[in-house]
Parts: sequence; C-alpha cells; structure tokens
Amino acid sequence: MSAPAILEVDITRKSFAGRDGAAQLVLEDLRFRLAPREIVAVVGPSGCGKTTLLRLIDGLDHDFTGRIVWHATDRPRIGTVFQEPRLLPWRTVRQNLTLVAAGRDALADELLHALGLWPFRDAYPPQISLGMARRAAIARAFAIDPDLVLLDEPFVSLDPTMTERGRDVLLDAWRRRPTAALIVTHDMDDAAALADRVLLLSANPARIVADVAIPPDQRRAGPEAAHVLAQSLRQARAAETRPGGAISGSSGRR
Amino acid sequence: MLPAASTVAGAMLHEAVAGPLLANLGITLARVVAAFTVAMVFGTALGIAMGVWRRLDLALDSWVTVLLNLPALVVIVLMYVWFGLNEWAAIAAVALNKLPSTAVTLREGARALDRGLEEMAESFRMGRWARLRHVVLPQLAPYLFAAARSGLAIIWKIVLVVELLGRSNGVGFQIESYFQLFDVTGILAYTLAFILVVQAIEWVLLQPLERRANRWRR
Repeated sequence: MSAPAILEVDITRKSFAGRDGAAQLVLEDLRFRLAPREIVAVVGPSGCGKTTLLRLIDGLDHDFTGRIVWHATDRPRIGTVFQEPRLLPWRTVRQNLTLVAAGRDALADELLHALGLWPFRDAYPPQISLGMARRAAIARAFAIDPDLVLLDEPFVSLDPTMTERGRDVLLDAWRRRPTAALIVTHDMDDAAALADRVLLLSANPARIVADVAIPPDQRRAGPEAAHVLAQSLRQARAAETRPGGAISGSSGRR
Repeated sequence: MLPAASTVAGAMLHEAVAGPLLANLGITLARVVAAFTVAMVFGTALGIAMGVWRRLDLALDSWVTVLLNLPALVVIVLMYVWFGLNEWAAIAAVALNKLPSTAVTLREGARALDRGLEEMAESFRMGRWARLRHVVLPQLAPYLFAAARSGLAIIWKIVLVVELLGRSNGVGFQIESYFQLFDVTGILAYTLAFILVVQAIEWVLLQPLERRANRWRR
C-alpha cells in the first residue's frame, strides 16, 4: 500500500476469560493498515473473533495487547453498522439519523433520498421491514460524515436478492461519501462484491492467513464478476490453509 | 348507613360552593404532588442506580425490602415524632412510603435495558444527556408509568392518613371531623371529590402522556 494510512491496526493479542477461568486467545498478530476511501473486507469463519476486532477498533473494548493508531485525526468519527440494525424503535427513521449526525441534517436527508428511505422518514423502525431497517442503519453510519465505517456482517439473514440490494445500497452511500470502510463477513461474495482488499482470517485464534488485493479492474464490477472473484478467493484461502489446516469451520455460502 | 348517590353528590356540590371543600382539596392535592414528585424522582434515581450497579444493589437491597414492608402508619408516626407535626414531616412520611416500590419497579426496568442499543449509543459517541433522553428513558417509560399509576393510588390514600394524624387541614382532616360526627354523607362527599380529581389526572395527564410515549408501537 503506497497511500498514507488513515488507520494502523496492530493487535498482538486479545483474549477473553474462558469458562474455566483460563484465558482464551481470540485474536493474535493482526496487523493491517487502512487507506482513506479504501474498503477492506475481513473474511473468517463464524465465531472467529471478527466482531471483537470491530469492537476494539470502535473503542468499545480497550482490553488488548497492541495498538490502534489513527493518523490525521485524534477524534475519529466512526460509523458502525451492527449485525442487527439497532435503530431506536421510539424515534423515526429520520430522527435515528439526525440524533447521531450532530447537526448534519442536510447530509442525513441526502442519504435518506439516495438510499430510497425518504418516503419512510417519518415511520418508526417497527413499522418498516428488516431490509429497510438495515438500509437505515447504513444511512446512519454515513450520516455522521465518518472517517471510517465499520460493518459487522451487514447482510446476514437476508435472502440473496435482498443481500444484493443491500450491497448496492452500501456502495451508493459509499460513492456519495467515499470513506475508509472495514467489513467483517463470513460471506466471500460480500467481500468480492465490495472490497479493494480482502483479509482472510484463520479460526481460534484469528490470524491473517492472506492479504489479497483485488485488481482495480475487478473491483465492484457487479454480481457476476463478484461471484467469479469469490471463487478464486476461496481457492486462495484453500491454498493458504492446506498445509497446516489453519482454517477450520466452513465459510462457504449457501 | 349508606346515603343515596344523589345525596352524596349534592353534599359535595354544596361543600364545594359554600363549604371548605375546594380549599381542602387544593391543600391535599398540593401534598400529593409534592410527595409524588419526591418519591418518583428519588425512587427512579435509586432504582436505576441499583439496576445498573450490582454492588449498590447488594448494599441497599435489604434496606429497600425493610422499607417496602414497613407499615405506612409506623413511618408516619416516626416522622411526626422525630421531626414534629409539620408539613415537611408529613410529605417526607408519604414519600418514604412510596419510594421503595418505585425503586424496585425501576430497578427491574434498568436491568432490562437493551445492551445493544447502549453499545450503539457508545459507538456513535452520543452524549450522556442524549443517551438518557433518547436511549434510556424511552425504555423505562412503561416502568415509569406503572410506578406513577400505583404511586398516585397509594400516595393519595396515605396523604389522607397523614392529614388525619397530624394536620389541621386537607381532605383527611375533614374526613376525621365528619367521623367525629358519624356523618357518612360528608365522608363520602369528600371521598368522591378526591376520586374525581385522581380520575381527572389519569385522563388529562397520564393517559395522553402514555399514548405519546407509545406511539412508535404498531
């Protein structure tokens, strides 16, 4: 990577206390940099510690060995898209955006228009569909004019058509407000459809087994191209893990 | 033994127009509002703190249980003995009777707070006040309404006892005067007046507020 990094992640160790009291190592030697406007996908099997990685970067958990260094900003604005939409059910869709947008109401409205949420701006989250709520959660993350967007399995439990629409919505928002983004997913197609670069993780503890840059002409080139790309990424992962069998569990899709 | 409803209503109207009913009603209502406010504010704060901090909960749990089960009469008499027959003692006695049940209700509410939303608020760096107003209080609303309803019901009853035992005005004092005369009509007239007031509070204040708080539910 030649572009200056906006974020450097260097996590030596992150462990949790197991049931028997012994420390259980979850993340080990995770090192990567994120350039401005770069979308990086972190792909690993379910339960390998991907959400923990996002919590560390988000500052929700400080208990780890290593460092996370921000460049060019001391107080980064981080927009997070959680696995569940986590909208405030008692506030309207628009209020959910403006509440965190800190005065950027025009940006919030622009995103509501762009992501097709404008007609539903005054609806309460329990009155809209899950797909719509996820869209609103994506809009909320971009409404703070973020330095970094974190996405935690943003399309999990959506059917294939909705997943594809979700990816389009995310890319719409990103093209409107290009920002660094880190997507953790178990779905190789998500990674292939969205990312500039893919980090493949092993399980227990999670380590980076491959750091694959997607060739510029294949980036975000539509669903068919993404599907082909996902196949070659799966092969890359298989090749990386064959000798030691570092990756366990299945991350194949559907 | 039991006067006709029309007789009671007539007596109530007569007392309102020509007697001291409105003045007494106003005084009692002021005590209810004061005691209710104190009990709700402190009970809510205590309940949320106990729900959030386990250590505080462990330290205070037995005391709350004791206060919860202490007879209202004992609290009232003790407050009058310790602090004299004055307004402060009266209101404190009523508030103390209600405070522990508010705390227990709100503690349950605080325990049920959604961790995911809390984390969302933290992730988006929402300020303390914004979190309280937009994330925490809406979740506690059903518990607050439950505490307010039962609080109002209990507090006005206890205010009457407090007035009967140590005040020289208010609905409770009047009822005691009628009791001396065995005037059942007078007693029921005052009771009816107060029930109407409490019912009005329910219709004019609690129900519209609750509808507003619940409008997001489909």
